[in-house]
Amino acid sequence: MASTDTAPVPVREAPAEDAPLRIRPAKDAPVSTEDLGAGLDALDSVVVQRTPLAQTLREKVLPPALAVVLVIGLWQLAFSLELTDTYKLPSPAMVWQSLADLWTQGTLFSIIWTSIWRGVSGFLAAVVIGTPIGLLVARVKPVRAAIGPILSGLQSLPSVAWVPAAVIWLGINDSAMYAVILLGAVPSIANGLVSGVDQVPPLFLRAGRTMGATGLAGARHVLLPAALPGYLAGLKQGWAFSWRSLMAAELIASSPDLGLGLGRYLENSREASDMSGVLLGIILILFVGIAIDLLIFSPLERRVLRSRGLLVANR
Amino acid sequence: MTPALTTSETALGGEVTGGAPAVRLSHVHKTFGRPGAATPVLDDISLDVAPGEFVTLLGASGCGKSTLLNLVAGLDKPTAGSIEVPGGRPALMFQDHALFPWLTAGRNIELALRLAGVPRAERRPEAERLLELVRLGGSYDKRVHELSGGMRQRVAMARALAQGSRVLLMDEPFAALDAITRDVLHDEITRIWAERQLAVLFVTHNVREAVRLAQRVVLLSSRPGRVAREWRIDLPQPRRIEDTGVADLSIEITEELRGEIRRHGKH
Repeated sequence: MASTDTAPVPVREAPAEDAPLRIRPAKDAPVSTEDLGAGLDALDSVVVQRTPLAQTLREKVLPPALAVVLVIGLWQLAFSLELTDTYKLPSPAMVWQSLADLWTQGTLFSIIWTSIWRGVSGFLAAVVIGTPIGLLVARVKPVRAAIGPILSGLQSLPSVAWVPAAVIWLGINDSAMYAVILLGAVPSIANGLVSGVDQVPPLFLRAGRTMGATGLAGARHVLLPAALPGYLAGLKQGWAFSWRSLMAAELIASSPDLGLGLGRYLENSREASDMSGVLLGIILILFVGIAIDLLIFSPLERRVLRSRGLLVANR
Repeated sequence: MTPALTTSETALGGEVTGGAPAVRLSHVHKTFGRPGAATPVLDDISLDVAPGEFVTLLGASGCGKSTLLNLVAGLDKPTAGSIEVPGGRPALMFQDHALFPWLTAGRNIELALRLAGVPRAERRPEAERLLELVRLGGSYDKRVHELSGGMRQRVAMARALAQGSRVLLMDEPFAALDAITRDVLHDEITRIWAERQLAVLFVTHNVREAVRLAQRVVLLSSRPGRVAREWRIDLPQPRRIEDTGVADLSIEITEELRGEIRRHGKH
């Protein structure tokens, strides 16, 4: 520090005393932590806004509605241009007529209900069976090693492949239908739970353990709630698999004992070469699948994700 | 150097009083990996934290700071040596807030209270009190994602306090925050530490932060972690990170830390 006399370099004036340069308010006027903290909180807080209904309608409902109108328009156009025979491609109005016929016969709801009832009760049974299996696979290493790969392999097996086996084992009856649903849906529900558990950040488990959440308390308060988004995704896929499996089973297995469901209605229409009925059957199956997803699974999933801040508001 | 600072070279520090320590580590060794190919992470660490004492553990990467905290928290077992925490399970705060996103701020705290055995009727008022303590009264129903980084760490602090332990372990809890927020949280933790007379073991790689907060700074060497040196800091609280006393000692400790890091480049 001591500058020699020979150095012409301008040396900065030595600070008086040993007073350091302080960027700091005088002792009698300290920056209040409260004020500063409050300011930071106000600046940093995330304001979560919900999109208004009109915007939701405009951005979420209108585009698919327009797409449906467009498809029906093209369909009508193809029919009017007589691109093919009418028995191969009936007009939208003819399909509508088939629907009206079912309505006047009073069978429309019973057909839909037969299938929905089977699908939903089969799905619920799959939840009851698939959930403990998923938990076992996720948390018990030997179980995972043994049946984990089989379980994920089963997901890629089309459940329609089970129909012949189910018919031979159980006969052409409701039990066979349920068996096919279970074989289709249980693996995807169990796998959803497994991946949900796998995706739980290890930090949550550590935090839980330091608070004393071990064993059952840990599962209840940390593991299961943390795995919920993955589990819900599994349920959603499980429903899709249930519905598909059921339709395949209804199409293939034919017996008066089974009652008239959507799959059977579709197959009956084919046997009668009634293309309007066939198209109506396809549309109704699609409609039920979409409706259940939109009415039950999507809102549930959105709610869970939104409450966790995992759903970014689309702008 | 400021005369207020004294340097102690002993590994076994702690208060001079004869009372039982809040945390006592005696000749703790920790190795990872299979026997034969094991890597030593902690080598003969002996350290006492007195009740109500604020100790920061300082070290470069690879010094096993976080491993040490995990051992004290009971999340892992030492390979040799013993760790005593007479007051029972210590509370632990992480660099990430680790709040549960499926619960509100208040519910996160209530869960800790519940797991600590607090009866149901007392949980809500106690959670509100703890939120007041970290200056977040009125945030009971806020979701974690609605809070800023600093607010989340304060809720995490309240949750840690909810465990009712007299020992608080902090694993770089402010490392991910911006400087101003960190300053505010330094003030908060200093205030709460003094109010609640907690024993704090605070891990950081930020020398100034260590000096700003602690009564005692323990420098660990790296690979394996050993207690290299420690400093007792008698500067009055509340300090500010820009205080000269803090700055001077930080420069000295940084030099020492650099020395420790340099040793690793030499072979």
